[in-house]
Amino acid sequence: MVFKRYVEIGRVALINYGKEYGKLVVIVDVIDQNRALVDAPDMVRSQMNFKRLTLTDIKIDIKRIPKKKALVAALEAADVKTKWENSSWGRKLIVQKRRASLNDFDRFKLMLAKIKKAGVVRQELAKLKRQSAA
Amino acid sequence: MAPAKQKTAKVSRNPDLIRGVGKFSRSKMYHKRGLWAIKAKNGGTFPCHEKKLEEPAPAAVKPVKFYPADDVKKPLANKRKPKPTKLRASITPGTVLIILAGRFKGKRVVFLKQLSSGLLLVTGPYKINGVPLRRVNQAYVIGTSTKVDISGVSVDKFDDKYFAKQVEKKKKKGEGEFFEAEKEAKNVLPQVKKDDQKAVDTQLIKAIEGVEELKAYLAARFSLTAGMKPHDLVF
Repeated sequence: MVFKRYVEIGRVALINYGKEYGKLVVIVDVIDQNRALVDAPDMVRSQMNFKRLTLTDIKIDIKRIPKKKALVAALEAADVKTKWENSSWGRKLIVQKRRASLNDFDRFKLMLAKIKKAGVVRQELAKLKRQSAA
Repeated sequence: MAPAKQKTAKVSRNPDLIRGVGKFSRSKMYHKRGLWAIKAKNGGTFPCHEKKLEEPAPAAVKPVKFYPADDVKKPLANKRKPKPTKLRASITPGTVLIILAGRFKGKRVVFLKQLSSGLLLVTGPYKINGVPLRRVNQAYVIGTSTKVDISGVSVDKFDDKYFAKQVEKKKKKGEGEFFEAEKEAKNVLPQVKKDDQKAVDTQLIKAIEGVEELKAYLAARFSLTAGMKPHDLVF
C-alpha cells in the first residue's frame, strides 16, 4: 500500500469536476494543504482544490511556476500528449468520448457490425468444436 | 437613394429641471423657438395648411326602429393571422426523422417539406418501411442528423388540401338498403395517390441506396435499450 503518484511540481493531473472537466493540467505550485496552482497551455493559470484533480502517472521536468512558454516547451519535450493518448487510461477516455458522440445512424451501423462479428466468431468456435469432437 | 442627411439627435431646447418641470416658461420658450419671427415672416399669423372643406353631411339617416334592450358590448376585433409553426433548426428537407407517436411510432422516415399548416410532410419511403406520404406534427418527432439527398424530388404539388378527407354525397335514407350500402369498402386508395407515392419514392430510393446501410436503417424501428439515456444521446 505504498503511494506511487505524488503531488509534486510537474505532476500531470486530470480535472474530474467542474467547468474544465476532462482536461489535463500540470501542477505548477502547491498553495496549501488543499490547493494547488495549476496550469495548461490553453488556460489561465489558476488555483484548484486537490479534490478536483486526479493524478496521472506522467510527470514533467519544470521549475516552480514556469512561464507559459517554458511550460509549453517542457510539455513538448516530455511528449505528454502522445504518452497520454497511448496510455490505457487515455485510450479509454477517447473511446468513451467517441461512443457518446455517436449519431443514431452510427449506433445502427455499430449494431450491425457487432452482430456480424459475433456471427463470425460463432462460426469459428463451431468449427473448432467440431474438430476437437472429431 | 439620396445620400442620407446626418440626423442630429433631437435635443430639447427646454432642459428638464426635474422630470416634468422644464427650465423655461411658456413665454420664454415662445421666444426661444422663434415663433415671433415665423409670424412676422408670414404676415402676423402662424402659417398653417388650408382647412379641408368638409363634404356636406350625408342625407338624413332614418331613425332606427329597433333598439336592443340591454347594452351588449361588442367584442374587440381580432386581426391576428397565425403563422406556421417555427421549424426546428435541426429539421431540413431530407432529414431522417424518428416518429414518436401514432401508428408509425419508432419508424425512421424522410422529411420532405413543411406545409402551410405547420405540419411536416413525410414519406417512408413506402417500399422501405410502409410509411406513405403523410403529415406529422413537429412535436412528435425527433430530428436526427442524418440527411438524405432530396434534390431529385419535386414536392410542390403537395399541400394540406391534398390530405383533406373526401366528403361523400349524402345518400337518401332508404331503411332497408341503408345498412347494406354503408358496408361498401370506402377505404380504397385512389390510384392518383398511389402514383404520387411512387413518383416521390423512386427518386428517394435511388438516393438512399447510394448510402451504405441506410436502407436497412430506415426499415428498422427505433427503440431504447438498457442503459440508453435519451437526454445524453446524440441524435
